[in-house]
Amino acid sequence: MMPEWGTLALALAIVLSLSGAVLGLGPMPLPVELNLKLLRNCTLGVWWALAVAFALLVTALVTHDFSVAYVAKNSNTELPRLYCVAAAWGAHEGSLLLWALLLSLWSVLVARHSRSLPPTFRLKVLGVLALVQLGFLLFTLLTSSPFERNLVVPDEGADLNPILQDPALALHPPLLYMGYVGTAVAFAFAVAAMLTGHLDQAFARWVRPWTLASWLALTLGITLGSFWAYYELGWGGWWFWDPVENASFMPWLAATALIHSLAVTAQRGLFRQWTLLLSILTFSLSLLGTFLVRSGVLVSVHSFAADPTRGLFILGLLVFYIVGALLLYALKGQSLTQRGGFDATSRESFLLFNNALLVTTALLILLGTLWPLFLEVFQWGQISVGPPYFNVAFMIPMLPLVALASVGAHAAWKHGALWRRARGLAATAAIAMVLAVLLRSVYPSGGSWLTLCGFFAGCLILCSSLALWWWDLRASFGLRHAAVGMVVAHLGIGVFTIGVTGVSSFAIEKDVSLAPQESAVVADYRVTFIALQPVKGPNYDGLGGTFELRHANQWLATVESQKRVFHAGGAPMTHAAIFSRGGYDLFVALGEDLGAGKWSLRLQYKPLVRLIWWGGVLMALGGLWALVFRAKEVKA
Amino acid sequence: MTRVLRQFWPFWVFLGLAAVFAKALIGIDRGAIDPHAIQSPLLGKRAPEFDLPSVLDPTQRVRLQDSAGRYRVINVWGSWCVACKAEHEALLKLHLQQSIQFIGIDWKDDPSTALEYVRKLGNPYDAIADDQAGQVAIDYGVYGAPESFLISPQGIVLAKHTGPLTEAAFAAEFAPLMKPGATS
Repeated sequence: MMPEWGTLALALAIVLSLSGAVLGLGPMPLPVELNLKLLRNCTLGVWWALAVAFALLVTALVTHDFSVAYVAKNSNTELPRLYCVAAAWGAHEGSLLLWALLLSLWSVLVARHSRSLPPTFRLKVLGVLALVQLGFLLFTLLTSSPFERNLVVPDEGADLNPILQDPALALHPPLLYMGYVGTAVAFAFAVAAMLTGHLDQAFARWVRPWTLASWLALTLGITLGSFWAYYELGWGGWWFWDPVENASFMPWLAATALIHSLAVTAQRGLFRQWTLLLSILTFSLSLLGTFLVRSGVLVSVHSFAADPTRGLFILGLLVFYIVGALLLYALKGQSLTQRGGFDATSRESFLLFNNALLVTTALLILLGTLWPLFLEVFQWGQISVGPPYFNVAFMIPMLPLVALASVGAHAAWKHGALWRRARGLAATAAIAMVLAVLLRSVYPSGGSWLTLCGFFAGCLILCSSLALWWWDLRASFGLRHAAVGMVVAHLGIGVFTIGVTGVSSFAIEKDVSLAPQESAVVADYRVTFIALQPVKGPNYDGLGGTFELRHANQWLATVESQKRVFHAGGAPMTHAAIFSRGGYDLFVALGEDLGAGKWSLRLQYKPLVRLIWWGGVLMALGGLWALVFRAKEVKA
Repeated sequence: MTRVLRQFWPFWVFLGLAAVFAKALIGIDRGAIDPHAIQSPLLGKRAPEFDLPSVLDPTQRVRLQDSAGRYRVINVWGSWCVACKAEHEALLKLHLQQSIQFIGIDWKDDPSTALEYVRKLGNPYDAIADDQAGQVAIDYGVYGAPESFLISPQGIVLAKHTGPLTEAAFAAEFAPLMKPGATS
């Protein structure tokens, strides 16, 4: 009976979302306050209904109820408990339910923490959120219900996709979806603002914390996903420019731009049109990502079962929300007139460049992601757009962006007054240059002039951000919380830039064939293949190779890389051995049996690679700081 | 006019994009577009001719023209190729069920290992050509093993399947292209 209760809960959530949307956006025969009260209860009701549905799905997975098709397809009795739970978002249907659940969570949070907003505005925000919720719930129930039954109950299920059986996976999709879905809040605020005419600075102040929160979740989700790909996929790469990765990165870029443009709108009342458009764009890109991934129009390593019918449904939703919002924007958003100018070196100018560069990057990545599709649709032939394009499309706007951010953070609003800090900034740049040259000299071989550029840009933003703290402290007004958040996030950018530059300039990769007791050298590190032994996991068997790592004849570690064959079938998975110390990682992956006792091995030396994820963590910490302490400031 | 351009441009850009997506989805639905296929430029063109020593009997030659007048599946494989082992069972079954020729191109392989391989696992092929130099694989634009081509009785490449051939894939991709009269 349990799955039927799940379907019922979904249906209830649909009815409540529909009521919510009508209450929020329809004609208002009732007094506003009463309307709002009803709408808030609907929002809360949707959350409870979906929480019950989700709990039922998890229960079905944990109790191995193979009469549910989703459970039989994505889990089996050997699967460890943690992954049984994680299987709830390991495939298309379940992950959509999580999507809907998280959207309802955002809606409840917005309903609770928006008491200071005008009632009509609040009504519209919650109404738009209910409308978005409604579309996705209909999609879930009509095309992708996780509660469908098997007519014949199998004795044993298939397995969760082996590459998803990893602790990081337990967190990566929920965080990412939290971020994706969170962009709906900024969208709802933008639409509500256009409907009610609240297109003032207040709008920007209201929406900022929500944008920051979804950006925070997106940042952590992407960072975790990148780290997971690095150690689980067995190739030692940290970013592949796969369509699904791009689908998460484009909304991140747009949300980053939005945070910055909201700062201008909140402080100065400028960029209002642009901020509105950007709110719509951010949500569009996150919906577009969902569409690209789930409809099967693009090929990706993250394969969801592709289905054109589902694709058409999502496309319908996409068109409905985005076309509606853009139409509204065309009719209402442009009536805004802007007052107040700013100097060429003011903070506004720098943020304008920031937005232009971030959005350009997002559009270049969108172009590269969609280009193969365009060619195919218009029958111009087939191509695939790979890392060479994306690396350039990413780097060309990003290096100037990092440099501009280093200077722009010091500029004052309206009148840049940068001359006050001209000498200080010059000194900062000089220090950054010395640091970059020092860093470059640590690695005697490899690298190019771009390496120095990358190190310089990274060091520059680190030094200039720290300098901001130093000047703030000396200026006796102490540290401002907003500035602390910004500085920490910018430090994260610097750390990330140095990491990317280091690993792309100096990484060494070697494919060798070794028999036990033989050894090979990669970048001064000697890797000795000690022995091969069988390993046994809960739902897989396999082979483990032990390797000894030495540097200058000094023992560093003994590590194991495994090749796992899951009982439920499928290609064997490589579990790489990664030794991490200070400034570098050593990566050993056991490959194929070449016969005669030899095995193919992939050895990699990856300097500074960890900085990439530490950078991501720092950015998120900065966002968190701004979110928590700014909220306090606003309340106070 | 300027008003329409200035205020509505995001709207039009997005509508254009949505139209492209709709076209792509309809294309996929009708089978006109398959994002997973690495399409062969050979489709609809004459299959490249080859003349190679036979793996089964090195004194014999294997030529494409020898099987002219019949539907044939050219299967590129190698005893070194793990994925080929995965399709072997399906090939054996298909060879029994379908009254068409199966020609194996043994790609960059040692013919004696290949011979041992088919002796052990069964031989699904009517003829196996020994392509040690890999020239025929280049002519056919092979990306990796296994790959299979369906060739018409007139020698035209009708379809290409990348990766292990399964009974389902055969039924979906190859069978509909064959006219029943011509197979015998």
